[in-house]
Amino acid sequence: MSETQAHEGVGARLPRQEGVGARLPRKEDDRLMRGRGQFIADIRMTGMQDVAFVRSPLAHARIRGIHVPDDLKDRVFTAADLDGVKPIRAVSGLPGFKVSEQPVLATGKVRQVGELIAMCVADTRAEAEDMAARVELDLEELPALHDMLEARKPGAPLVHEHWGDNVFLESLVNINIEAAFDAPVKVSRTISTARQCMAPIEGRGAVIHFDHRCDQLVVHTASQMPHIVRSGLSECLQMEEGQIRIISPDVGGGFGYKAILLAEEVCLGWLAQKLRRPVRWLEDRREHLTANANCREHHYEITLYAERDGTLRGIDCEASVDSGAYSAYPFSACLEAAQVASILPGPYDFPAYRCRTWSVATNKCPILPYRGVARTGVCFALEVALDALAAELGLPPEVVRLKNLVRPEQMPFDNITNKHFDSGDYPQALHRALDAIKADTVRARQTAGERDGRRIGLGLSIYCEQAAHGTSVYSGWGIPMVPGHEQAGARLTPDGGLELRIGAHSHGQGLETTLAQVACEILGIPVARTRLVHGDTAMTPYSTGSWGSRVMVMAGGAVATACTELAERVRRIGAHMLQARLDEVRLENGRVVGPAGDVTISQVAHTWYRRPQDLPADVDPHGLEVTAGYKPQRDSGTFSYAAHAVVVAVDPELGEVEILDYVIVEDGGTLVNPMVVDGQILGGLAQGIGTALYEEMPFDTSGQPLASTLADYLLPGAPEVPLPFIDHMATPSPYTAFGVKGIGEGGAIAPPAAIANAINDALRPVGAEMLRAPVTPRRIVESVLKARANRRSAA
Amino acid sequence: MKPAPFRMERPRDIAGATALLATGGDGAKAMAGSQSLGPMLNLRLATPELIVDLTGIDALRTVREEPGHVVYGALITHADVEDGRVPDVGAHILRRVAGGIAYRAVRNRGTLGGSLAHADPAADWVNALSALGAEVEIAGPDGTRRLAIGAFLTGALSTALAAGEILVAVQVPKVPASARFGYVKHCRKVGEFAHAIGAVLVDPEAGSCRALMGAIDAPPLLFPDAARLFGGHIDAGFAARFDATAADAALTAAGMDDAVDRHVHVEVLRRAAVQAATLFTETRSAA
Repeated sequence: MSETQAHEGVGARLPRQEGVGARLPRKEDDRLMRGRGQFIADIRMTGMQDVAFVRSPLAHARIRGIHVPDDLKDRVFTAADLDGVKPIRAVSGLPGFKVSEQPVLATGKVRQVGELIAMCVADTRAEAEDMAARVELDLEELPALHDMLEARKPGAPLVHEHWGDNVFLESLVNINIEAAFDAPVKVSRTISTARQCMAPIEGRGAVIHFDHRCDQLVVHTASQMPHIVRSGLSECLQMEEGQIRIISPDVGGGFGYKAILLAEEVCLGWLAQKLRRPVRWLEDRREHLTANANCREHHYEITLYAERDGTLRGIDCEASVDSGAYSAYPFSACLEAAQVASILPGPYDFPAYRCRTWSVATNKCPILPYRGVARTGVCFALEVALDALAAELGLPPEVVRLKNLVRPEQMPFDNITNKHFDSGDYPQALHRALDAIKADTVRARQTAGERDGRRIGLGLSIYCEQAAHGTSVYSGWGIPMVPGHEQAGARLTPDGGLELRIGAHSHGQGLETTLAQVACEILGIPVARTRLVHGDTAMTPYSTGSWGSRVMVMAGGAVATACTELAERVRRIGAHMLQARLDEVRLENGRVVGPAGDVTISQVAHTWYRRPQDLPADVDPHGLEVTAGYKPQRDSGTFSYAAHAVVVAVDPELGEVEILDYVIVEDGGTLVNPMVVDGQILGGLAQGIGTALYEEMPFDTSGQPLASTLADYLLPGAPEVPLPFIDHMATPSPYTAFGVKGIGEGGAIAPPAAIANAINDALRPVGAEMLRAPVTPRRIVESVLKARANRRSAA
Repeated sequence: MKPAPFRMERPRDIAGATALLATGGDGAKAMAGSQSLGPMLNLRLATPELIVDLTGIDALRTVREEPGHVVYGALITHADVEDGRVPDVGAHILRRVAGGIAYRAVRNRGTLGGSLAHADPAADWVNALSALGAEVEIAGPDGTRRLAIGAFLTGALSTALAAGEILVAVQVPKVPASARFGYVKHCRKVGEFAHAIGAVLVDPEAGSCRALMGAIDAPPLLFPDAARLFGGHIDAGFAARFDATAADAALTAAGMDDAVDRHVHVEVLRRAAVQAATLFTETRSAA
């Protein structure tokens, strides 16, 4: 399908007032904005006990003893008490992957600060913490690995002794890199991103009890993926999946952190059965920052080979990811590095490529997938390196990009790592971004200089986001979870309302609104009359859950499929009621319309449920409830993308950076609700600004995390996040229902690269170049002073 | 995390508070707005046996305007100052400092006395009031005493307060109409603790200047006579003569080894001087 045809396809279909494409306020905001959400911490149960954990104070140590005071013996539990509990195992099927077993309470050794050693139970959290303070640990400190590059060296201390080294997985992709070696221009850089902590407003937490009537362990837990948590818990607790029910209520932000099975959940699952009482653990910010939510830490040695006109001849890269001590369930310790090798080429078309990756074990928290997963690091490395190349060539950064971006006439396009780009016009996105940011005006201002001594910089970045990638992609990685067909349920209530059931979870994505819009598009039922049932394994079809920007494509497609089938059943009953032939009736705006009259869906539902005597004996017996499955025509993923352009003012003396203007031109295919998409982009941008300028979890040489409160771990606040100009291109995917593409993560991918490039543009005349995120004031001043010293000694 | 168990008392007068603190010894801690102590309790970084809540003592909320200075009770909040509910020592001098402290929620509860007694080197009152030459009033079991703020601040998070003593008020000299106060801080984002603070109180008519570099892991580095940082004398053109090398040398002498830190502190002081100079121009053109 050509670009033009695609646009006509959308334009030809008038969006219903509440259907696909409507800019509706979110239904869920009525409760969320009034403080009426129901989160884990809002749950109260009779006899509920609070849990506090004894955590390792050391990054690497042998456990010689755990001394529990005698009066606490029946309230404090260690690994020795956990009969029948298996460690968490997240294995990858990639060849050479080394398996880590994560005991839910430590046995033998501790391998990270914050690792769970014992759990203490009391009526209140404060009393449980008092108990935890009385448990004495006898630990023999071992040399700790805090630096992944050191950990890769032979002779380094070992996180998992039986491996013989500290590498979860090493991988190599080489596509004819030797052909690039004679290129006239070669630019190399060392580029890195700091370890970060995902920071949803709500931390993790669980309330677990055993329901004897249902013979089920009922697990209330803040999760993006209830069905996956059930599988993981069933494996660790050695219980049948049917004996476990996961309920994920309102969740205050996930971003990947709530896609992980936590050892805390397994511990409480055991404890609730042991005590026969409801037990609760609510993560506090200190646990969250120092023990759990780590992400992002990448290190790149990247070389670009090019012609003098900017045409890329090849990219050669060595990438290391600090995977931490254990492989997290279900994504594993190597998803991130494996993705690096496959997605580093970004939206560019070039002939030669080599990428070697290491997923390195260190004495830090397991690395977890955070919005954008490897893409944020990859985009940072490649886009910052491309600006270095442009500077080397004396070309504007957009010229180098336009030389190499995949072109619209190449679509669909298989890139050098066999990624299948479904559609889009990347050069147009970049042009639109340059126009919107008024690049010429900014550059004129830059040349004129600022009265206050600050320096202006313009930065660009562009990326593509493979989303909703399915079986064919994930089966290759062989992790515990492979998405197949997505199911959704659609049921008419006797009064003509609609219930939708999905196994994924909505925790900020607005699915209660957008999936109702999809249903409305097909059935004509108002959004207000549609309810979304989600977050409960007992009430929803199986799904791998909300991750990978997949839900609008997958659950949206499944809802559309189910509603289409339901529409047909409504039509059949409606035809009976209208005494018309099936081929004479159609469903239109919530009514079945025949040659001589019409009936509403509500009347159809009322008749089916409440007055079956009015229907003939040979009526279709399947009823007004459908569960349907869906996969896009191709499951290699949708390709959304965006060009970001940003103007910054940099104070070279103090290193302060102010964002003066921000433009995002994005293409998410058909947008089900543009307002919800804008919200996703705004939230992602805030997180991307955090990665670019503020967020960093530093460690000392003994592996101690140094930011234990939000006074030390800086997140951008409202004054630091500008309102961007957002421009939508909306090229439909040829493979999905309505042509939607996944867009959930994109906002967080491009900002670090765009902002660093803008800072580098501002500082280039000074001779400073920033190659590590976050670009902090201190790093800028350090770099500026070094550049000045170099120039003095050169002069 | 939750605090370790502690006992809490809420005396109604200063004598009651000092008596409680004296009997509690090292295990007792006074609490005012709880904006610093609260988080430390929650993180179990502070585990006092007794907390003496000062907020029931009305005498600590008084403000006295006296010839030459204003005396602020220890429980005056940052927001009281920011909103102008208490007199200022000059045109918008303390109000401007107060409005830049942390976030409004902190300013609503945080107090002048609590901030000084906590003695965080990066705190605004520690620095601004040092630059302005304030004195503190201290009450203890044996009566009251008065200290210059420089003598009161003995180190990072450490003061001259002895067991049983509380800071009851701070006396801040009024700033003459001929003087201007420049106050600049360098933060990574709005509301965060400063990484560098510069303050300059300059009076070209009197030829006098006090200058300060703060947020240095110790009490601020004060220059009661800062002429040597401005070419040896103070007049209307003082800011242009700022001597970065002299300021840098002073920081080195104070033990700041890191060149980047020194550069930033020197630059922030320079900007405070420029700001004070600009205030002269602005007020003249407004008049």
